[in-house]
Amino acid sequence: MNITVIWTLAQKELRDALRNRWFLLYTAAFVGLSLALSYMSLAGAGIAGFAGFGRTAASLINLVLLIIPLMALTVGAQSLAHEQEQGTLAYLLAQPVTRVEVFAGKYLGLAMSLLASVGLGFGIAGVVLAISDGAGSPAAYVGLMGRTYLLSLAMLSVGVLVSAMSKRAGVAIGGGLFLWLAFVFLGDLGLMGTALTMRLSVGQLLWLSLLNPLQVFKMAAILDINATLDLLGPAGIYAMQEYGQRLRIIFLALMAAWIVLPALAAYARFQRRGDF
Amino acid sequence: MIECIDLTKRYGKFIAVDHLTLQVAERSALALWGANGAGKTTVIKCLLGLLRFEGAIRVDGLDVRRQGRAVRQRIGYVPQELAFYKEMTAVEMAAFYARLKGAPSERIDPVLEQVGLSEHLAKPVGALSGGMKQRLALGLALLSDPPVLVMDEPTSNLDAAARSQLLQLLAQVKTAGKTILFTSHRIEEVEALADAVAVMERGRLQFTCDSASLARRVGLRTQVKFIVPGHEVERALEVLQGEGLAARRNGIGVIVDVSHGEKARPIHTLSRARIEVIDFEVE
Repeated sequence: MNITVIWTLAQKELRDALRNRWFLLYTAAFVGLSLALSYMSLAGAGIAGFAGFGRTAASLINLVLLIIPLMALTVGAQSLAHEQEQGTLAYLLAQPVTRVEVFAGKYLGLAMSLLASVGLGFGIAGVVLAISDGAGSPAAYVGLMGRTYLLSLAMLSVGVLVSAMSKRAGVAIGGGLFLWLAFVFLGDLGLMGTALTMRLSVGQLLWLSLLNPLQVFKMAAILDINATLDLLGPAGIYAMQEYGQRLRIIFLALMAAWIVLPALAAYARFQRRGDF
Repeated sequence: MIECIDLTKRYGKFIAVDHLTLQVAERSALALWGANGAGKTTVIKCLLGLLRFEGAIRVDGLDVRRQGRAVRQRIGYVPQELAFYKEMTAVEMAAFYARLKGAPSERIDPVLEQVGLSEHLAKPVGALSGGMKQRLALGLALLSDPPVLVMDEPTSNLDAAARSQLLQLLAQVKTAGKTILFTSHRIEEVEALADAVAVMERGRLQFTCDSASLARRVGLRTQVKFIVPGHEVERALEVLQGEGLAARRNGIGVIVDVSHGEKARPIHTLSRARIEVIDFEVE
């Protein structure tokens, strides 16, 4: 692998993302809402300190669950399909580059752009919290940001997989939006419906919910902030009793699997394609 | 320098290239000639490793399938449809592709000057004319000074002036000793650049010949339109048809269908009959 090629492509991808109006819109929405939530949570708490941070963190988790998957899925879905539709991908592959370099360069560039977006959102909200003396545990805040970034990478991998399977950007973005709906809304509804009709045990319900990376993020973030999952009800209590602090490793492994496996599948699909 | 051995490309049951075997010698230029759908572009895409294929393709002794990067390192490619990042400027684009090709950045300015784009470096690629874009594509292909130039219909989207400019540039490139493989269906392009021509039809190689005999071998015909004084149109038709030329009236003029090497014959015929030719146009 040629690192110069990968870095050149990553830089271009980052530059393109920063020119992409949808990406800018999502970033602006994320930054604006993070800022508003931080301010309102602290104002509503009436006092600074951990109570303010817990409230802000809970609000941020919900914001992240809505916006970050949408942003990462759509930029990922556009990546390969848009270039193929424009014809630029074929021209790129006609250069002395390999497909693994093109894939890695694009993924790295998009990952950097998501890091910039997440960093900006959390950074500005963090400054507000710090000024208001409501940052609580800085480590917990940084941990939440780190988990958010991992979630964005997982959703990016899924988006790139959709892109590798589509020839048209419109179809890929449609697929990305459908998956966003499925992860954010249909996942919860489906889980509730399945639990009721199949009479699932608490353990089965826990593992079924962990198939959704958004649930993994949510549980991991709550565990970081509260040190327990009791507020999630029976499934949370069961998880704490059964796995205890091993849950942190389980959550990390699941998130890593959601990042790596779709990315590998996307690369395998891209590598096999012979229709450029 | 370039060898295709039993090259076959199938799309399901459709065979786009059918057991094609051909060679391009070092420092020579071969044109792939054929109508749309003959399989010319597919051959180029296989050569660049963009399509999976059966058979073998070697460039400078390197196998396209197993040594794709090394093969593409030796090829400068000019596509038929220019697919550029429109928001980049010409010089940004050149810098981007120079890095991908591992070409030194000092090559950028001389190459862009060679293709006549020195005054347009800061323009976004989307704002360049068709001829400029094509010259930029040629410049990008030459950045790493590759021994092989592969072009897909290099002048197909250009007007006459831009076509002439590009052909002059390509003639210089050929003189510099590049091995050239290009697809075309324009006879003047083939005559100007190619040493040999491989004629394809429905994915199969029909025959190869030298470029000078292509027009005769494929029975190429040209239409020449003459404008003559209105009162001479009928007599011009009679004279031309009397010479065995396929002539017919077309508005205020006469159209004559001639074989490729006979474009001057109707002019001589009209001149001998003392019929004034006000203007003419070759189509």
